[in-house]
Amino acid sequence: MMRDAQPLVDALREPETVLSLDGAGWTNLISIARAESLIGSLAHRLAEIAVPEQVGPILKDAIQATDLARQQALWEADCARRALAPLNCKVVLMKGTAYVAADLDAGVGRSIGDLDIMVAQDSLPAVEEALLDASWEWVKPDPYDDQYYRKHMHELPPLIHRDRDRMIDVHHTTLPLTAKPTPNPQAMLDAAIRLESSLYVMAPADMVLHSVAHLFADGDLAGGLRNLWDIDRLVRQFAEADEGFWTELGVRARLHQLEPHLARALRLAARLYDTPVYKYRAGHAKFADYLYIRRLLARDGWGRETRKFTRQAFYIRSHWLRMPPLMLVRHLWTKWRKG
Amino acid sequence: MHQLYLTVGPTRFRLASTWRRPLDQLAALYKDYPTSQDGYADFTVRLEPEKPWRRYFRPSVHISGDFWLPDAAPLPLDQSLLAAEMGMNLQMALGWRRHLLLHASSVEKDGKALLMTGLSGSGKSTLSAMLAEKGWRFMGDEFALLNPDTGMAHSFPRLISLKNEAIAAMQAIVPENRFGPLMKGTPKGDIRHIVPPLDAVNRMVDAAKPALLLFPRFGHDPALRDMGKSEIFVRLTQASTNYVALGETGFRALTQFVDTVPTRAMDYQSGDQAEELIDSLWSKLP
Repeated sequence: MMRDAQPLVDALREPETVLSLDGAGWTNLISIARAESLIGSLAHRLAEIAVPEQVGPILKDAIQATDLARQQALWEADCARRALAPLNCKVVLMKGTAYVAADLDAGVGRSIGDLDIMVAQDSLPAVEEALLDASWEWVKPDPYDDQYYRKHMHELPPLIHRDRDRMIDVHHTTLPLTAKPTPNPQAMLDAAIRLESSLYVMAPADMVLHSVAHLFADGDLAGGLRNLWDIDRLVRQFAEADEGFWTELGVRARLHQLEPHLARALRLAARLYDTPVYKYRAGHAKFADYLYIRRLLARDGWGRETRKFTRQAFYIRSHWLRMPPLMLVRHLWTKWRKG
Repeated sequence: MHQLYLTVGPTRFRLASTWRRPLDQLAALYKDYPTSQDGYADFTVRLEPEKPWRRYFRPSVHISGDFWLPDAAPLPLDQSLLAAEMGMNLQMALGWRRHLLLHASSVEKDGKALLMTGLSGSGKSTLSAMLAEKGWRFMGDEFALLNPDTGMAHSFPRLISLKNEAIAAMQAIVPENRFGPLMKGTPKGDIRHIVPPLDAVNRMVDAAKPALLLFPRFGHDPALRDMGKSEIFVRLTQASTNYVALGETGFRALTQFVDTVPTRAMDYQSGDQAEELIDSLWSKLP
């Protein structure tokens, strides 16, 4: 039995590695890829490989499923565009929806769930009202959660559309307000690039940095392999298209206070996916990199989460990073009492 | 983890379980099904303790796998066979894309398929089990698989799941050695599985042309009613687990089905009445 997610990472990095898999090896790979939401990306990556006849239909299914996810994500983005059009504010698409809207390599085969958008903080009340008018509703009616989001988070409490059952997260910046790095949302909005649809996506360097912030400073690395795969695809494409990209990435990382985070993401991406990185941005290997790799690969061939202790440590760390200690205690106490 | 590979219709499952028991039970009941020893599978189903200590202490089985629901309730170990069946259904409902899935039972005669769909308690499962003992080929009691390109119905003949009163009714016509263990007090009431007739297993890759769709309803005076196409369409979208996930393909397959397959609502109070009504409709088919 495969003990970690290495076969998935190998297949994404170097598709020919799958040629040595036997039947059980394929079944393990597929379970891992599904669990990590990377089955669509894997299927596209293996497009040129002669896979066994038992596997071909599974990969074809995954491609069709993500084709539909792309179509639905773009439709959902357009619904939001229409609801917000009268406000005349910049609506910046984020994450998966941005990758497919801008037709980037990172969007190929990507699974997409919620719609994430960013708007200027001062237009939040109007945006909220316009979405509520257009049949979006609150998901969390709990007053503590609602207050918590509004006071400390980088986004509104999530909204869900009454008829289409799809969630929208409205961000006004990229990290919780209580987290230590403070990215500059105004600079991100100013540099955003207008698409034909009149929606916006972040400029290349900011897009990478948002993905980095999402990976490290906001969460317990759940879904980390996919997040890092996004970073690999983005960096490859942007660096190839523009030789000034690495310089710009450094400038923006400093501006958004994400230099160490970017460096670590680049080292991990290079290590797992062989991402070509500019060594002055990636810095020197650190011991903690090894712990991150251990956590990122913590999944066995049945598709199960493994390394409970490592996972738990990263979970606790994620809360630690999001808020100062006293506030964390108060928050956990309130959450615990509410069961 | 113990493991078992099973093939049902077009689908290959890998089942992994912390306990041997559910897999031994499955292996016995599925003994006539083709086994794949090459290790390939379309889906993995996992049966694990809800919490580590629940492996031995009041063991409770959590159902998961490649596809899963966040709020699936765990089952006690003596219902682990049901958990395995639910796990396989879950993979199909959430993950299968090669056919349009209808939550319907189906049987075949002369290369033509009769599909029966309806809410839980309509008797569709029991009717298919009964017809399977009376000259029809059993194709499935849970999912009918429609090929979007050809319109043909494909078989998914897993164990037939009988609930409550249906258990005694079928014990009258099916020999005891085809029954699985009785599971009392499950979330769906008392449940007992029966192994489909051998013919249904041997011919499980044979497709059939959909010839008649029924919406059975148990407990009313025997009657047949026509239904409007739009009502049929909407009810089938609700009866399909992957209609939305298939996008345009699902829409094309379903509209073609509704346009070409004769459909009736059927009320009945006994198996004999249902059989009579079905025979009357079947004999008039082109």
